[in-house]
Amino acid sequence: MSNPSNSAPTAARTLTTKMDRSRAIKNRITSISMAVGGVSVILSIVLIFFYLAYVVYPLFLSAEMEKSAGYPLPAATQGKTLHLAIEEQNRIAVRFTEQAKAIFFNIKNGDIVKNIDIALPKKTNISSFTTSRLAKGVIAFGLSNGQAVFAQHKYKTRYLVEGKKIIPSLIYPLGESPIEMDESGNHALTHIALMHDEERATLVAYTDDNRLLLNQLIFDDELSDEEDAEEISFDSTLIEIPNIQYVNKLLIDNSQSLLYVAHNNGEVSLIDISDLSDIQVLERKRVVPDGTEITKFTFLTGEISLLIGDNKGNLSQWFPVQKETGLTLSHIRDFDSQHSAITDIVTEQRRKGFAAIDDKGQFAFYHSTAHRTLLHEAISESRLNFLAVSPRANTFITEDDKQQVQFWHVDNEHPEMSWSVIWDQIWYESYPEPSYTWQSSSASNDFEPKFSLMPLAFGTLKAAFYAMLFAMPLAIMGAIYTAYFMAPKMRTYVKPTIEIMEALPTVILGFLAGLWLAPIIESHLPGVFSMLIILPAGVLVFAFAWKSLPKDIRTRVPDGWQAALLIPVLLFTGWLSMALSLPMEQFFFNGDMKMWLGDSLGLHYDQRNSLVVGIAMGVAVIPTIFSITEDAIFSVPKNLTFGSLALGATPWQTLIYVVILTASPGIFSAVMIGMGRAVGETMIVLMATGNTPVMDFSVFQGMRTLAANVAVEMPEAEVASTHYRILFLAALVLFIFTFMFNTVAEIVRQRLRKKYSSL
Amino acid sequence: MIKKWFKTGDPWIWLNAAAVSASLIIVIGLLLLIAVQGLSHFWPKAVMQAQYMQANATESKAASIRLIGEIHNDEEVSIEQLKAIGINIKTDKETVTRLLIKTGNRDVSGADFKWMLQPYLTEKNYPEDIIVLERREWGNFYGYLKTISNNGKIIASGANAWPELEKRLLRTEALYQEIRDIEKGDIGSINYKMEKLRLAKRRLELDKEDTAENLAKLTTRRKQLDKEYAVLAKNLEDLYSQFNQGSISAETMSGKVIEIPLAKIVRAYQPNALNLFEKIVLYFQKVGEFIFDDPREANTEGGIFPAIFGTVMMVLLMSVLVTPFGVIAAVYLREYAKQGAVTRIIRIAVNNLAGVPSIVYGVFGLGFFIYFLGGNIDQLFYAEALPSPTFGTPGILWSSLTLAILTVPVVIVATEEGLSRIPRAIREGSLALGATKAETLWRTVLPMATPSMMTGMILAIARAAGEVAPLMLVGVVKLAPSLPLDMNAPFFHLERKFMHLGFHIYDVGFQSPNVEAARPLVYATAFLLIGVIVLLNLSAIYIRNRLREQYRAVES
Repeated sequence: MSNPSNSAPTAARTLTTKMDRSRAIKNRITSISMAVGGVSVILSIVLIFFYLAYVVYPLFLSAEMEKSAGYPLPAATQGKTLHLAIEEQNRIAVRFTEQAKAIFFNIKNGDIVKNIDIALPKKTNISSFTTSRLAKGVIAFGLSNGQAVFAQHKYKTRYLVEGKKIIPSLIYPLGESPIEMDESGNHALTHIALMHDEERATLVAYTDDNRLLLNQLIFDDELSDEEDAEEISFDSTLIEIPNIQYVNKLLIDNSQSLLYVAHNNGEVSLIDISDLSDIQVLERKRVVPDGTEITKFTFLTGEISLLIGDNKGNLSQWFPVQKETGLTLSHIRDFDSQHSAITDIVTEQRRKGFAAIDDKGQFAFYHSTAHRTLLHEAISESRLNFLAVSPRANTFITEDDKQQVQFWHVDNEHPEMSWSVIWDQIWYESYPEPSYTWQSSSASNDFEPKFSLMPLAFGTLKAAFYAMLFAMPLAIMGAIYTAYFMAPKMRTYVKPTIEIMEALPTVILGFLAGLWLAPIIESHLPGVFSMLIILPAGVLVFAFAWKSLPKDIRTRVPDGWQAALLIPVLLFTGWLSMALSLPMEQFFFNGDMKMWLGDSLGLHYDQRNSLVVGIAMGVAVIPTIFSITEDAIFSVPKNLTFGSLALGATPWQTLIYVVILTASPGIFSAVMIGMGRAVGETMIVLMATGNTPVMDFSVFQGMRTLAANVAVEMPEAEVASTHYRILFLAALVLFIFTFMFNTVAEIVRQRLRKKYSSL
Repeated sequence: MIKKWFKTGDPWIWLNAAAVSASLIIVIGLLLLIAVQGLSHFWPKAVMQAQYMQANATESKAASIRLIGEIHNDEEVSIEQLKAIGINIKTDKETVTRLLIKTGNRDVSGADFKWMLQPYLTEKNYPEDIIVLERREWGNFYGYLKTISNNGKIIASGANAWPELEKRLLRTEALYQEIRDIEKGDIGSINYKMEKLRLAKRRLELDKEDTAENLAKLTTRRKQLDKEYAVLAKNLEDLYSQFNQGSISAETMSGKVIEIPLAKIVRAYQPNALNLFEKIVLYFQKVGEFIFDDPREANTEGGIFPAIFGTVMMVLLMSVLVTPFGVIAAVYLREYAKQGAVTRIIRIAVNNLAGVPSIVYGVFGLGFFIYFLGGNIDQLFYAEALPSPTFGTPGILWSSLTLAILTVPVVIVATEEGLSRIPRAIREGSLALGATKAETLWRTVLPMATPSMMTGMILAIARAAGEVAPLMLVGVVKLAPSLPLDMNAPFFHLERKFMHLGFHIYDVGFQSPNVEAARPLVYATAFLLIGVIVLLNLSAIYIRNRLREQYRAVES
């Protein structure tokens, strides 16, 4: 191809007069603006790819942290720390001490904002401490006289002229009078555990004379989260759980039906407390390696999974799994060891992440589902004792042995993301075994999002597979006939007619598939399958009969018009198989094929299934494949076929051994392009399947594809959330996938064209 | 002999031919199916009255009921399946026919449609005085007209009632139009201005210019608007009191007499009394309503005008955006860029972009146009409306832009093809006569390539009109309160969401609570959409063919 742009400067140079100058300028302007315009259009197309990648990129970033302050422990003289916490806005932190103080301090510099005395009965002191759900700020103190105090720390935000002000408070939702745990009144509670919801709370405590006590509080009113909630009264049921000794730690799960007791020897007992009159020890098993002991024992957000840290720095996640033998505590995964005794584990309040500190001053951030270590850094010379992570998990504070507090900022946007989350089987909480699951919607903060793209990728390929199964034979065979055997006159009508189908909006195909085809197929299942046999058989019978007709009738229809003759034949045989459907169903399947499928093959039948999608999407890709294949076959040089025919081959032999072989790269690229279209098709799958993300090969079940998933979930995804970015990732995967398919096909086609021109 | 026949390869040829025939049957069958289903929806069907023996009637219950309705569909069911649901039918055949009958009167019976077994249906007849009322809510009414009353006074009954009803309906319809004009037009415009005032006030606050003087100005304007509104409201009240006066009483198929206000009736006719000519007139009235009216009853009844309008406007906006850019890119690629490996790669890339799934463009549009561009535009120019977004939310502008990017490869490919077909002799002739390159381009090349640009544009429009998936992310809604073009300055409201034919099909067909009732309407919508798209494609093919003829003449 010649390059016309070479001539431009020559033309410009010969222009000399004034008028010519303006023409030269115009010429220049045009070429510049064309270049700028053209390049920018092309760049903007490239932008799509880069923008998608730009949105997806943060998913793969690791977390970062930065120290923003360090100061001595506020009110260090007022007792040792029991618990540290940070409020929502990252302005105020609180320290509960053994001397019954709640010391609220400015998180940036340690200035004391408020110092509240915790209301205790006279002559008692605090002997144990626990938290319920971290996000609610509910805490409980076990006292030296066998009583317990139920309290809650809350924060009000006031907007004042000088800016936002946060006012901390400590309240007693159940009233200031303590809760009786041990009626004898002279044994201290050495360990305590609490779990609550709106309707009830369960307290479990272990006394210094080795008794395990349980107190269930049923509230008379709902425990509300309102600012000025009133005190509520409750009924209490106090019982003793016998035969549990050597208690080290206690935890109660979110449904208040399971009690976990960690023993001094590294074992954990799982106790069913759902029925107070029949308390059962379900299991007792070792949860840390031999020679180590449990140093920290806490719940992951949601209060289902246990996180266990030991004195060698090992961290593991456990939760109860329903097995045939009953509920057993199962080891789910180990996290990277910190190699020195874990001193505290604190979970994020809104995600399944957690942080751990140890006695060598190391701090690390983990994510349970993603099985990732996001950060691991030594931040102190001495042993770190306490840790608090803010509700938004973007800051944390630590307290070390030298009574120094450190305040850190964390940038940890997408901890729940890793390669294995997307493509591997993951053992999700409360699931009996690891699985590929897509379940993104989160109703609460406790929800564990399940971002496996596998079921979606599987659904995409399944839909494309069935579509190609339907479309390929029809389109390729049709194209072969149209290009090679059909009378030219008929071809001029047939080709545009089939190609017009490409312009059919897929929403219409989807609508017909879902509302018209699916019910028909459901009620004529045997007929649909019998078509596979009856139709070709009918065609062959007709062809044979036609051949046996006297010649003068046969020649009335010129060669190359077989397709027109076959239309009524196909209509008749199609009608026949549909009409035979009911009798066949009666005869072979006792009148109901769906029931038969379920009973004898164990196949579940969805009305909108892969068969429907295959046909509908097949119809959508037939014109694409047909058109490209037809072009490839039609442009096979005629001298090749003439040569073959001249050597005595039949037209069929010529077709098989010469034409198709030559055109096969073209057919290949047609299939690739058709496949690309089937993979990315959205509306048809959206409307013709149930959109359930299952992994099942059955032709009678639906699927959810990547594209449909994006269409369904994108409008609801919160901007810049992990879910949002994963949907972008799905789009990017689709983009790259189809782009590659198409490029391969295009290159193959260009080569083929070159080959033809040389033949 | 058969073996020999197979050896010739003939049977295979026949099977290949069958594949073509099957494809043809699918295409033509689909088009016919949609056409027949879509067009027949508007034809007034005869309304049948019959006695129906209840399948599991006991002694105590009435053995048969009166049935009034249109037969919509029928299917064969096997006796076995009926037995499974507890119906024992005495017949020697293996299947019975089940009829889907539209009995309407959803307010009385709770459902529009009933499945009835053919053998239990007796005494079928078509009484001429059955009336069908199309209502603004609760769907159609089927039954007999009893009386007409005005403010509770009966003014016509028996044989006089029907002519009186026709007369009165004309008047209520006129009133309805008037009320709607006021509500949508005048009051809508006042509300729009009020909102503008609110934003203006907020703007002043943001700019710290909320001086007493400025605020007073706004207050006087607001007071004026309030006054205008009061006048309109009074007017409206009068109209409503007239509008709500009349009512009719009519008898349903169960013999119950119900009261229906005239205000709730859109149209009334006696289907069995109509002659062919009247039926045709009614047919076209209904088609007219379908095309020019707003939807009713959660989009399952009435017209689809907003969807047509939205689709057309979005597509026009898109073609205004896509054509110049597509053409420039094509001209650059073909006429200016240095031909080589790079242009070849670009060409392949552009070609392949046409095969990238449309939903990907939707995701891009949502992320880039709406959240990034729109969000920034809001920060800069519409800060007064925040936190409610103006451009930072799906809308017609972003939809058009997204579809423009989606269709730009189509325009580029078509234009390039046109440019490459222009014989070199023409360019060289122009240059040889002393024209600059720009002049050659403007005076000879581009005019000659116009038809190919047209083709590209038409194909782009055809593709855009049928595309739904990306629009679900960037701008369509099931029911838009106002059109993107109206009489309130600045007339074009590019930030508004809009309705779209394709999305209408998806939404009504799959999200509506009453799919059975909505189905014919969906077919009609689909027919309209297909009609437009096939027409566009055919015109593109026609233009392309003519173009080829022209160049053949030039080349030879």
